[in-house]
Amino acid sequence: MTAQHRSDWLRIAPAFTAGVFLLPIGAGLIGTVLPAFGYLPAIGGNELSLAPWRVLVAHPGFATSVMLTLGTGVLTSLLAVILSVGFCAYAYGRPWARRIGAWLAPLLSTPHSALAIGFAFLILPSGWIVRAISPWLTGWTLPPDVSTVGHHTGLALVFGLLLKEVPYLILMIVSALNQVPAREHLTIARALGYSRAEAWVKAILPQIYPQIRLPIYAVIAFSLSVVDVGLILGPSNPPTLSVLAVRWFFDADIQMYFPAAAAACLQLLLVIATIVLWFSLERLLVIVGRRWIAAGGRDGLLSRLTLPTAVVTFTLFVVSLLAIVGMALWSVAAQWRYPDALPQAWTWANWMRRADSLPALSWTTLLIGMLATAIAVVLVLACLENEGRGERAGTGALWILYLPLLFPQIAFLFGAQVLLVRLELDGTLLAVVWAHLVFVLPYLFLSLADPWRAFDPRYARTAASLGASRFRVLFRVKLPILLRPLLIACAVAFAVSVGQYLATLFAGNGRVATLTTEAVTLAGGADRRVIGAYALVQSLFPFLVYLLAAALPALLYANRRGLTRWT
Amino acid sequence: MSFAFLRIFTLVLASLWLSPFAVAQELKWADVLAKAKGQTVFWNAWAGDEKTNAFIAWAGEEVNKRYGVKIQHVRLKDTAEAVTRVVAEKAAGRNSDGTVDLIWINGPNFLAMKQQSLLFGPFTQAMPNWQFVDTVNTRSNVIDFTIPVDGLESPWRRAQIVFVYDSKRVKETPKSVQDLLEWAKKNPGRLTHPSVRNFLGATFLKQALFELAPDSGVLQSAATDANFQTVTVPMWAWYDQLRPHLWRQGRQFPENGPAQRQLLNDGEIDMMISFNPSEAAVSITAGLLPESVRSFVFAKGTIGNTSFVAIPYNAAHKEGAMVVANFLLEPATQAYAQDFRQMGNFTVLDLAKLSAAERRRFEELPRSPALPTNAELGATLLEPHASWMTRITAEWERRYTK
Repeated sequence: MTAQHRSDWLRIAPAFTAGVFLLPIGAGLIGTVLPAFGYLPAIGGNELSLAPWRVLVAHPGFATSVMLTLGTGVLTSLLAVILSVGFCAYAYGRPWARRIGAWLAPLLSTPHSALAIGFAFLILPSGWIVRAISPWLTGWTLPPDVSTVGHHTGLALVFGLLLKEVPYLILMIVSALNQVPAREHLTIARALGYSRAEAWVKAILPQIYPQIRLPIYAVIAFSLSVVDVGLILGPSNPPTLSVLAVRWFFDADIQMYFPAAAAACLQLLLVIATIVLWFSLERLLVIVGRRWIAAGGRDGLLSRLTLPTAVVTFTLFVVSLLAIVGMALWSVAAQWRYPDALPQAWTWANWMRRADSLPALSWTTLLIGMLATAIAVVLVLACLENEGRGERAGTGALWILYLPLLFPQIAFLFGAQVLLVRLELDGTLLAVVWAHLVFVLPYLFLSLADPWRAFDPRYARTAASLGASRFRVLFRVKLPILLRPLLIACAVAFAVSVGQYLATLFAGNGRVATLTTEAVTLAGGADRRVIGAYALVQSLFPFLVYLLAAALPALLYANRRGLTRWT
Repeated sequence: MSFAFLRIFTLVLASLWLSPFAVAQELKWADVLAKAKGQTVFWNAWAGDEKTNAFIAWAGEEVNKRYGVKIQHVRLKDTAEAVTRVVAEKAAGRNSDGTVDLIWINGPNFLAMKQQSLLFGPFTQAMPNWQFVDTVNTRSNVIDFTIPVDGLESPWRRAQIVFVYDSKRVKETPKSVQDLLEWAKKNPGRLTHPSVRNFLGATFLKQALFELAPDSGVLQSAATDANFQTVTVPMWAWYDQLRPHLWRQGRQFPENGPAQRQLLNDGEIDMMISFNPSEAAVSITAGLLPESVRSFVFAKGTIGNTSFVAIPYNAAHKEGAMVVANFLLEPATQAYAQDFRQMGNFTVLDLAKLSAAERRRFEELPRSPALPTNAELGATLLEPHASWMTRITAEWERRYTK
């Protein structure tokens, strides 16, 4: 293949990538925005009106729902950024932090809902923590009737979301650090008398922030629109807006489709407004921060602040691990009732019952995840390479890719399903891979785009001046240097694919069974023993992939010291 | 998924597409059996219960052995997911060779599919085992939430409201909803009900409505603006007294039945409402509830309904689906399903119509102290018209969601 041909192919990459997703996304948009304004002739909505919005606003508890959504979403995002940055500032350069990628793997690979259920079991009044100290210490022979899970302030939801979002942002920071001369700058700053934390925040954070901006926006969008964790940990009367929208989309009363669509649109607006607000605060911080950094203070205030954030982050890690261990114990429990700190009886039956079906389910899950990730990587790399060569044509359309992260999934999927039936593709593995791509690709793109753009072009130029073709530059220079962010992005994408429920169900006609479809349907039975077993099985493959992503660079590039560690 | 989706697309197409259904009376069972041989039936069924999943797997082995029909269990989180799939296929013009062959269905989902002509049939009369179905005493076998079944769905398991309680903690069980209120006052925080947006939670209120309404006869027809207020006033007065004494002071509720069962197992509550009369016995066997749980019903009877299977109009394997529906009605199958070590479902058959040998299968089923007898179960009240549930849910939200 000649360089010329390849460039042609690359030029159409952004348009092609956007095109592949235009159909389902378009169908989803039409299916949401128009009904929100009362237009859907099939059910009697023949003209545009604001009636759905009136129903939404007049619904009991509407104002509470909106405040709750904004409050939990913004608080989660803010805390997630502060904690992850504070933790990295504290941990960076310390010997124990070298293996951070491997540490994070189990936390990142456990599905949101499974971790939320494990966390709920920890903090319930009849949960593990109370069991451990009852009744000998508390005197509670019956669990106290107080609210923890589902508390009306939404704090349990915030905490539950942080368990996943903080490790995710730390991972993104680790990935970004690869592209800046962090070690050198830190050494210089420390030589100038800055403390470790100050040096990190003043010299390194400004360099990596542009790279983690998109992941932060993803955290904001996710926290404001999450459904499954909201159902498990959030308040229910009224719930957050996204839970309300899903409830209405599922409602038996046809007329609720209109306010459901309006709620979905409002949710989108809240996400956009929050991101805009965040962006403005960023600008403000840049102005203030520049002065602050230029002032050159060395008062050690930051050092005192980073320790508490690191402690809180550590607590989050421990809570996550306990939640996972709790679910693991449940998976081998025959009975485990209040107030026993450990199961009364043990059994392998929860596992043996599944032994027959697990191999086939695992294979399907693995196959779909690998295919979706592989296709997404090729498309994203092609888009990014094209961009790197100054070809901006078509790149602008790529913002479309982020829409699936902002809208409720259910709105997109019905349109996609009709499309697939028309193409006679429904129920096939191919269809499921396509549906997964809609959600896998944006995550891969936002995980990889900024580290890729931060790549120092002098490496490529040097290689080119030595006579290397573009092809050779990509594979011999760029990919090795960007291997860590690439692998991390792939691991994130793979985990996203493994976690898909609705997409698998709709595109697969319910006939393509994965570990997640099995886990979600069985979770309806609210049996922690079953949920625990599936939580472990579901986490296994993403866990291995994260481990691989953490270990592979060190194994492959033992001879390139600069590429093997994050500190 | 949502009926909204369903109706949107069917209404568009209903006017364009009208096709005569195959009429079941003309179906010869021998032909059905011959055509069914070799078919794989995609049975779409809620899969949150492992016992039911195991039963469906067992049924698959049996019909394969006997009729050469395979069952593929398409596992659902919500029955409406299968309804949506049929709608999507109709929207895309796939009027034959559909991917859904059989759906576990009842109530609102059935109503939606029946109204939109998404069902194949009538087919039940053509099945040999239909003769055993109790159509006289168990009216819910032919009237589904006040909607006539018209042979478009075939019954396979019965549900009736019971209350499950921990006999270690509750010594005397309430005999009426008024008693229940007194009990809750004495034991604050030890009773709850599923969210009223869930069918079981709404049924908790419907049960109270039956006992407290001035005339419960009106519940069999649609609620109107005129009568809803007067009929429900005593129920809301009762509920206003009850709510502060519920678990979490009536500010939080478990999302659904299984979540409520977990609360009982965790010792957070002492009693709960259930739709399966065998819930206590089945859950003890499964290790989901303590051995000390038992069940009771109210003296004036409790609401009951029937679960059905239906065949979509465009199903690819209608004959196979009918063979499965017929198999589910076999006395031996029904007895197996009623065994509390399996699903513990009370049968939809009229035992008087069975031969002595077949009746013995039911008489010889294992007993459990947690299992109520038919006599203890008492009278079954018919489900009110669906509009009562919709209005009760909306009114509840208006009153208690701030």
